[in-house]
Amino acid sequence: MLYAILCYNSEEAVGSWSKEYHDQTMARLHTVQDKLAKQGRLGPVARLLPTTAATTLRKGREEMVIDGPFAETKEQLLGFYIVDCASLEAAIDTAKDLAKANPGTGSYEIRPVAELHASRLPDAKKPAA
Amino acid sequence: MTDIGWIDPVLVSARPQVMGALLRYFRDLDTAEEAFQEACLRAVKTWPQNGPPRHAAAWLIMVGRNAAMDDVRRRARQTTLPDEAVLSDLDDVETPMAERLDGEHYKDDILRLLLICCHPDLPATQQIALALRVVCGLSVKQIARAFLVGEAAMEQRITRAKARIAGGDIAFETPGAVERAERLAVVAAMIYLTFNEGYSASAGEAEARKPLAEEAIWLVRLLLRLFPTEPEIMGLTALMLLQQARAKARFDRDGNVVLLEDQDRSLWSLPRIAEGLALIDKAMRHRNPGPYQVQAAIAALHARAKRAEDTDWVQIDLLYANLERLQPSPVVTLNRAVAVSKVKGPEAALEMIEPLAGRLESYFYFHGVKGALLQQLARPEEARAAFGRAISLANTAAEAAHIRQHLDRLTR
Repeated sequence: MLYAILCYNSEEAVGSWSKEYHDQTMARLHTVQDKLAKQGRLGPVARLLPTTAATTLRKGREEMVIDGPFAETKEQLLGFYIVDCASLEAAIDTAKDLAKANPGTGSYEIRPVAELHASRLPDAKKPAA
Repeated sequence: MTDIGWIDPVLVSARPQVMGALLRYFRDLDTAEEAFQEACLRAVKTWPQNGPPRHAAAWLIMVGRNAAMDDVRRRARQTTLPDEAVLSDLDDVETPMAERLDGEHYKDDILRLLLICCHPDLPATQQIALALRVVCGLSVKQIARAFLVGEAAMEQRITRAKARIAGGDIAFETPGAVERAERLAVVAAMIYLTFNEGYSASAGEAEARKPLAEEAIWLVRLLLRLFPTEPEIMGLTALMLLQQARAKARFDRDGNVVLLEDQDRSLWSLPRIAEGLALIDKAMRHRNPGPYQVQAAIAALHARAKRAEDTDWVQIDLLYANLERLQPSPVVTLNRAVAVSKVKGPEAALEMIEPLAGRLESYFYFHGVKGALLQQLARPEEARAAFGRAISLANTAAEAAHIRQHLDRLTR
């Protein structure tokens, strides 16, 4: 079954990582990702820009465009992984591996995927990793 | 949890809010700083075992406040006459923490903390040094290195700045909308100044001064999180991100300045450009332009051009015309002339900058631009004179070297 692992953390704290800590953490996370990729379990991975770059469209009779994320929360959605997991236990284990690589504050929401459509973007449109 | 590397960024990120609240309680910067230090020490002791508290800033405010109050009480016991006034004043502020944190208080707390660093009696460099110390939490050593001065000199500078503001009035009441907007503008200007201190450094100093630009980006993001719907703050953030995105391409291996049109664009930072473009797009939707937004829009046009020759100079010329209206200055006109030279040719640009000669007589870039225009018009003698004047006004060796390259081309 496919699971989305949604990464929530304080973007203030993540935005205060030193370059060294950033590089170390990213290296540890890449190790986890490489392991998943080797097992053929890793789907799309995205890291999102800060919520200050977000815009929200509120539907309704009169649509409203609002600066900022959908909800004001203490921890913000900062990125996600799509991972193929045999069971919920396996998905929790994967989230634990990510948590070990990136310890401290934050949460991972493990959310089963109903449908996943292949990306139809041309390669040139993909943002840099 | 054995790895405690995560604690430091949490403390750094909570600092403005915690310091802002502690300053409101104690109305004294030194007391607030000591309380914050004490809270951090206790965090480093207890968080590794207990994990992070649910709300780190609230935890630090509570612990810091209690620690400082214990300290005041202890001192009070040691003196013969306990200072009742101080104690009762402190007891007054014991209202539920969560209520204060979730209210609007914390925005004004952080804004006030930033604002006291911008005290008009302080020279710009002291404002910046103070903000880096008090808001960003950089050590005196780090700040001294960024300003290329000794640690003792910087220590003295910061102490003096603190003494200066301690004597002044700090407004603790909640500001009205107009006053808040004024405060915001003052703080934004200080942050942009900090950025430019780092960004305008020469190649030799760039590495040492880089923290100034990076901390300024950290500060402007903080401001934008507090005021996420202010188009000018979006514009300023975009402007700084788009400029800093080019940092790696701005000097060649020998430390010479590489002009925008000659830069290797593959060295530009794509995530920063993406964020900058997203923010300027958002800002423009407000249809309430200001100088930061217009400058960011100009930077965005450069960022969007895959190659230098793809640059939309017509649009840049229009944006500079806009900026001239919003913020008339001979330097803006000079910048516009560069765009005009691309659109209408060097003759028109030269005509445009000639009236500026008086006001920009001792401005390095004026003579540099004038020389380049004269060079394009095949007037080598006058170009040489302008470049010579530019070299004599150069602020850095790299600037002078850059003009010398032009001179070399003239003699060839």
